[in-house]
Amino acid sequence: MNPVLPPSVPHRDVHRRVTAEPPFVRWLLIGTALLFLGLFLVVPLAAVFAEAFAKGIGFYLHTFNDANTLAAIKLTFIAAGIAVPLNCIFGLAAAWAIAKFDFRGKTMLITLIDLPFSVSPVVSGMIYVLLFGAQGLLGPWLLAHDIRIIFAVPGIVLATMFVTFPFVARELIPLMQAQGRTEEEAARVLGASGWQTFRRVTLPNIKWGLLYGVILCNARAMGEFGAVSVVSGHIRGQTNTIPLHVEILYNEYNFVGAFAVASLLTFLAVVTLALKTWVEHKNAALRGTDG
Amino acid sequence: MARKTTSVMPGFKLTLGYTVLYLGLIVLIPLACTFWKTSALTWDQFWHTVTAPRVLASYRLSFGASFLAALINLFFGLLVAWVLVRYEFWGKRFVDALVDLPFALPTAVAGIALTAIYAPNGWLGQLLAPLGLKVAYTRLGVLVALTFIGLPFIVRTVQPVLEDLDPGFEESAASLGATRWQTFWRVILPMLRPPLLTGFTLAFARALGEYGSVVFIAGNMPMKTEITPLLIITRLEEFDYPGATAIAVVMLVVSFALLLTINFLQWWGHRYHAPV
Repeated sequence: MNPVLPPSVPHRDVHRRVTAEPPFVRWLLIGTALLFLGLFLVVPLAAVFAEAFAKGIGFYLHTFNDANTLAAIKLTFIAAGIAVPLNCIFGLAAAWAIAKFDFRGKTMLITLIDLPFSVSPVVSGMIYVLLFGAQGLLGPWLLAHDIRIIFAVPGIVLATMFVTFPFVARELIPLMQAQGRTEEEAARVLGASGWQTFRRVTLPNIKWGLLYGVILCNARAMGEFGAVSVVSGHIRGQTNTIPLHVEILYNEYNFVGAFAVASLLTFLAVVTLALKTWVEHKNAALRGTDG
Repeated sequence: MARKTTSVMPGFKLTLGYTVLYLGLIVLIPLACTFWKTSALTWDQFWHTVTAPRVLASYRLSFGASFLAALINLFFGLLVAWVLVRYEFWGKRFVDALVDLPFALPTAVAGIALTAIYAPNGWLGQLLAPLGLKVAYTRLGVLVALTFIGLPFIVRTVQPVLEDLDPGFEESAASLGATRWQTFWRVILPMLRPPLLTGFTLAFARALGEYGSVVFIAGNMPMKTEITPLLIITRLEEFDYPGATAIAVVMLVVSFALLLTINFLQWWGHRYHAPV
């Protein structure tokens, strides 16, 4: 019927051709997309390692043989080590309440949980300065009791908790809502305790989603810059995290040192992406067997 | 019925109570304090602070560059999502994973890497210099950093919708005599409008508050290349807390408005693409 198509073309080919672009267009689009991604993603990634090794591997390793660098690494692990588990427990509690029960104001609660994502990192740090700083609301009381939060480790932990607050919860809420409550109800009716139901029924169902949230939460916790920068006070060896240490080295024109430390964070980012892809793959496979 | 199922499941009071307590302590009370702190200013003082020439210049740069960056990502994000969903090519899974790099890479690292590339003696900077284009330490640098930060949003909102698109629509359009371009423009694009708008707003909102990747490449000249979040930090370092708070409140109000817009857009998108 269609005059454009020669009558000898088999039906299957016709079907494919009407909803596909000519090869020329296809390759032009792929080429443009790859060029854009190459320019904006691959080149910066390559630049970090090129600059880090600009003076050879000896100099690169030398950067890490420094008390301040090691202190920064330690503090980053402390901050992430506190913020990630706490946000994980919160995420599980919030997802359980939201997915397994009906109550008024649920949509509002979900919106409020997402709130920290829409606040600028700088403002996220600032709110704790207003609360706990010397001129802050609780400042005089803290000063009288000799408790330091701002320009000290607790402030860094709080700021990290704020910016990574929604990660686990927003991963688990839709997942547990989609899974419904029937399996847990069955477990309860068969005599399982609440804790047994959670551990034996819910946890195996959500483990990949949980892991996914934890991976993203951890990456952000270790890499946060703006919020932590406001509350840190930049005291070397005491309140510097890895990203802040990168900034200090960079501002001192120690570019190779800055990029060497940055390469550590870049490595973390690449591992995060690899793990994330692996979990997504696992999740897709799991859904494939279920459906 | 509902009451009966509720009583079977344990831990409602415990989990909801903990959720509200933790949310209140970490997020809501500190945020509320910021608004309370501005009440120390009179309306005139507040207005004077948030409309000072230097502050207005920072809004212009932050809003303008964020909008342009989101626009660039709108176009290229759609292109990348299209290529990833519709075509097969070598290394596609790697490229797909790489798109999330701006989410995973700490912003400070992105900032110094982009600065190194676009500095006059950098890999791309030395190619652009003969053309009279300066990127690092100019407004163009701010745009480059914000484009990097917003890159994944549009790809990740458009991709799933494009995957679920019923090929029947395109086949019908083609069998009714539409060219491929007409099909894209009149059939596919209108269906992608909700995710495109959601992705655009997400990228815009993220760019507006961005700090780490911008401060290194921007040059941070007052009135010229100073973004609003940096101005807040400057005020804090001068111990001008009321000034910092006033500007932060303006940013918070804009962020909340954008959050509501995003929620509305997602509701709108779901209305037309209800899962079967």
